[in-house]
Amino acid sequence: MTIEVKNLVKRFGAFAALDGVDLRVADGELLALLGPSGSGKTTLLRIIAGLDWPDSGEVSFDGENALARGAGERHVGFVFQHYALFRHMSVFENVAFGLRVQPRAVRKDEAAIRARVKQLLELVQLDWLADRYPNQLSGGQRQRIALARALAIEPRILLLDEPFGALDAKVRKELRKWLRNLHHEINVTSIFVTHDQEEALEVANRVVVMDKGRIEQIGTPGEVYDRPATAFVHGFIGESIVLPVVVDDGAVRLNGARIDIAPEGELSGPSQLYVRRHDLLIEPAGSGALRGEVVQVRSFGPVQRAEVALAEGATAIEIDVPRERDLHPGEMVGLTPRRYRIFAA
Amino acid sequence: MSIEMTLQRERSRRSVASSDAGTSARAAAQVRTEPSTVRIAIIATAMIFLGVFVVLPLVMVFAQAFSRGMTAYLAALAEPEALSAIRLTLLVALISVSLNMVFGLVAAWAIAKFKFSGKTILITLIDLPFSVSPVISGMVFVLLFGAQGYFGSWLQSHDIQILFAVPGIALATTFVTFPFVARALIPLMQEQGTQEEEAAISLGASGLQTFFRVTLPNIKWGVLYGVLLCNARAMGEFGAVSVVSGHIRGETNTMPLVVEILYNEYQFVAAFAIASLLAMLALITLIAKALLERHLDEGKLSDDH
Repeated sequence: MTIEVKNLVKRFGAFAALDGVDLRVADGELLALLGPSGSGKTTLLRIIAGLDWPDSGEVSFDGENALARGAGERHVGFVFQHYALFRHMSVFENVAFGLRVQPRAVRKDEAAIRARVKQLLELVQLDWLADRYPNQLSGGQRQRIALARALAIEPRILLLDEPFGALDAKVRKELRKWLRNLHHEINVTSIFVTHDQEEALEVANRVVVMDKGRIEQIGTPGEVYDRPATAFVHGFIGESIVLPVVVDDGAVRLNGARIDIAPEGELSGPSQLYVRRHDLLIEPAGSGALRGEVVQVRSFGPVQRAEVALAEGATAIEIDVPRERDLHPGEMVGLTPRRYRIFAA
Repeated sequence: MSIEMTLQRERSRRSVASSDAGTSARAAAQVRTEPSTVRIAIIATAMIFLGVFVVLPLVMVFAQAFSRGMTAYLAALAEPEALSAIRLTLLVALISVSLNMVFGLVAAWAIAKFKFSGKTILITLIDLPFSVSPVISGMVFVLLFGAQGYFGSWLQSHDIQILFAVPGIALATTFVTFPFVARALIPLMQEQGTQEEEAAISLGASGLQTFFRVTLPNIKWGVLYGVLLCNARAMGEFGAVSVVSGHIRGETNTMPLVVEILYNEYQFVAAFAIASLLAMLALITLIAKALLERHLDEGKLSDDH
């Protein structure tokens, strides 16, 4: 099932939750809506599900107007952030709910419902929990039951709101991998909302980065990471060093001192230089685009993090350096950005 | 008892640990709790107050009711006037509790699950029957439906009797007891939010299916709690009913009204016999309330994630 969203606008009073959003989701895709809180990503998801209505714009599934249908008629599986399991029903009845409320004419008989629920519980590997109640489950188990419940109605689209938001770090990592595998298995067009860039980049086929009700960039995880379209995307995805620079006449200056890098495009005037921490290469003292003095070195994980006070005097920056490079506080170094972007300020 | 023992254990553990055992431990205990005399005085005051103002009157009601023995008690209850009062009270309670269950559910639903302007005004208005004297509540209905009231002549020409009849008593009682169900449900429904309903709807449930399969099971203990308190008040209401009833013997007197009439006529046994029924209703209500509160607490506890 393809989803197409055209010029969607939704306001809550004076606040524009969605400010002209266009989006196409291909059949079988696993798409992430990534953005800070208040960026409109959950509103977009709820409108696609039919739980909210836009002020203007279009939503269509396979070319058919979805806004003409209510939430119950869209065959959309929705997994809520806090799962919203029915607390007075057993796990079995929770999963069976969508099958039991079907109109009498199409409703399956009891044996078929039982078989289907069993199959779904096996799919999420929790068939042994059928008789428990939601309050007896862990967060990760609730999450998977919520997913099984949403899948029971054989949805054409699966929507997940912050699916891992309320879980602790370890469970989260396991579930990410599990969700990706599950999507591979059932291959339903799926959209999930997250504010966690790592989650979006790791799980999704494509990532939609949103801010202030607008889409900033749509691309594969590699594209949004390596070629951020806007300053916001660069700052939001991955850790970036931001330096205030001035571009004039093809020269890039930091606090008046010229830096030996080429400006991009037609930019001119006050701008911002964005570099990722690991994209600033250490050079021998006296060479490189920037110069500085190592203030502090901390080693952990695969890299060491060095704090360098720039000779250009802008600020102290933190960069990631391979462990093999021997660095000492007080050492003078040169720095060259191997990859960078300059955006107008 | 167990608190006492833990304290004791705590004290002895401390006294062993400290170098200057006896005195410092006692000093520590002195700092941490009030002297036993103060404790006893506070508890005794509370118990005596409760005894004099609550238990003693309750006992007196039953003592008076049975002062001439069981036969006199039963005879008083078997009087046609008493029986008709009991029947009327039950009928009025049934009507007003059913109405208020529906109104309360609708009001609580609207307030807890929808956003609309004027919501705070609605919440304040729901409490109005509690803040107004019941006598005034009764007067309002006299003003509306009385012979000189707004609808008085219209009602008369259509031969509809509201005042001094069952409809008037039921209306006044319904008005006075309106807040109970709504009050019990609003916080409960607000806390539960709308996510489970949204989940049900996205799974294809209709509005009615969502209400009966998801919303109602989640609030059933709250509804029962509200109904219980509403019923207790409906059966015991005096002020508002007294104004609209007209005190027609054997016809429009509810139990509280009959108690007053019999008492004024020096028929103490009969008055207290009926009063004892109301007192028993109160006791049963209290017990049921305690049981329901336990259920409500469990519902809240089971819910935290």
